[in-house]
Amino acid sequence: MGGILTFIEQREGQIRKASLEALAEARRRATELGGEATAVLVGHGITDKAAALGGVRVLVADEERFARFSAEGYTAVVAAAAERVQPAAIFVAATAAGRDVAGRLSARLGAGCLADVTQIRVEGGSLVAVRPVYSGKAIATADGGTGPCVIVTLRPNVFAAEPAAGSPQVERLDGVTAEIRAVVKEIVAAATGELDVAEADVIVAGGRGLKGAENFALVRELANALGAAVGASRAVVDAGWIDHANQVGQTGKVVSPSLYVACGISGAIQHLAGMSSAKIIVAINKDPEAPIFKVADYGIIGDLFQVLPALTAEIRKLKA
Amino acid sequence: MNYCVLMAYVPDTASIIKLGATGNRIDEAGVKWIVSPYDEYALEEAIKIKEARGGSVTVLAYGPERVQQGLRECLARGADAAAHVGGGEGTFGDALAIARVLAAAVAKLGPFDLVLTGVKGVGSDNALVGATVAALLDLPHVAGIVKLDLGEGRLTAHREVEGGGEVIEAPLPCVLSAHKGLNEPRYPSLKGIMASKKIPVQALTVADLGLDEAALAGAEARCRWRKLELPPAKAAGTIIPGEENPAAAAAQLAHLLREQAKAI
Repeated sequence: MGGILTFIEQREGQIRKASLEALAEARRRATELGGEATAVLVGHGITDKAAALGGVRVLVADEERFARFSAEGYTAVVAAAAERVQPAAIFVAATAAGRDVAGRLSARLGAGCLADVTQIRVEGGSLVAVRPVYSGKAIATADGGTGPCVIVTLRPNVFAAEPAAGSPQVERLDGVTAEIRAVVKEIVAAATGELDVAEADVIVAGGRGLKGAENFALVRELANALGAAVGASRAVVDAGWIDHANQVGQTGKVVSPSLYVACGISGAIQHLAGMSSAKIIVAINKDPEAPIFKVADYGIIGDLFQVLPALTAEIRKLKA
Repeated sequence: MNYCVLMAYVPDTASIIKLGATGNRIDEAGVKWIVSPYDEYALEEAIKIKEARGGSVTVLAYGPERVQQGLRECLARGADAAAHVGGGEGTFGDALAIARVLAAAVAKLGPFDLVLTGVKGVGSDNALVGATVAALLDLPHVAGIVKLDLGEGRLTAHREVEGGGEVIEAPLPCVLSAHKGLNEPRYPSLKGIMASKKIPVQALTVADLGLDEAALAGAEARCRWRKLELPPAKAAGTIIPGEENPAAAAAQLAHLLREQAKAI
């Protein structure tokens, strides 16, 4: 007891960074709880990928029926791993697949789920989590009640991912009973390999101030110079200038990058809710009264059509 | 074909959130309540399917008295029936408890071919209820869909995942949660508003479903908000005037981001 089991998500054999973050946090908290961290890895032809996890115990379900993600199949494997490990908590990265597994696992184990947490601590021998609610307009401190264990989904890009020294102790987890009905038939790559805002460490976002879809090129160039993902306000997504996958805010993605550059975004309350937990916020806007400046650490009051190209050139110079 | 839409009634996304006196809830005074924007996509999809294939759309909500207003809005948009499970004060924010109530109500009101909901309510932001209800009812689910093709006894749904998309196939019955992009929700028509007034909202209690809300909120609670706070206020930032000399302002900003913020 007292241990923490972490679900390791892989897509096409690639272990997700968010899962490494969750595992590193599990190792830190398991020590405090007086237990050990264990990982569970599911897929097909992925056993050797466990090496990336460092010196932890890893339960591996490596079978053809798990080649593609299925919420039901992967949940059954994590439940079987929990049966073997009897953890006090199960950590899962708060990604699309992670939320699928956490939601089903909660029903299956009768365990509560603390979702999308940004801080975890141990109080009186149990886990307490801090999580943004109302899309970041408020912060709740929550516990998982008195269930058999507690499931925690961890917001990507918030927890440090330090791999454990050493190599993993791999144990096979074969023959898990799983009824798989909903299956991934096809994986569609994002256009031109763009970074996803939900996972990006740096985001450059554009709003109405860009005046037209074609001017998103200015945002993309700055994003390229910074190695950043491209974000957008709801107004420009609704106007059809950019895909809603890029939308940041209360009805888009809620993000916590280390740097967020808002270009021509006035800062409606719904947008601020989605990005105000970024570590450094930069605003570029011609209106000095724009609400975005109230949350900005740095800003330029000026014409973004002149400021953005100049800033892109400066960043390129600094990075050269 | 029959469809059930699970609806959450939440503070308007334009609301300023204030803290309530209990220290772990918001202050509800003056809050304007809305059908959660993602649930609007779920409802619209159900109505579109009904219009194309026939059947009936039932909207279901669990919460205090005010959610009946949200159910009325859904009826005005084209739902055929509505059911309200009263309560929810003690189970607020506990996705498993809420899913237990909703799953029991779906089982009582059904059978349904599709259960649809939003990918999340914009409140406690758990984004779990769809998957948890599905598992409780032993149904498959697809979360966060942006496109749906319904075949005979099967469906194909598209959803966005980090850095790409997935095309998922599942048999019916199935639980789906809707994301922005699935459709363009309609506004209630005057005719719809008038017609909906004649439809009663079926009132249910948690006890009618064979569950005990006091237990769900007490010994069986699986998520408890101990404390609610507002995000810390930020200190005033360094704002550079750039109207006169944008290039100099850009150079100064780049320098600050590198040397002071260490962000580049």
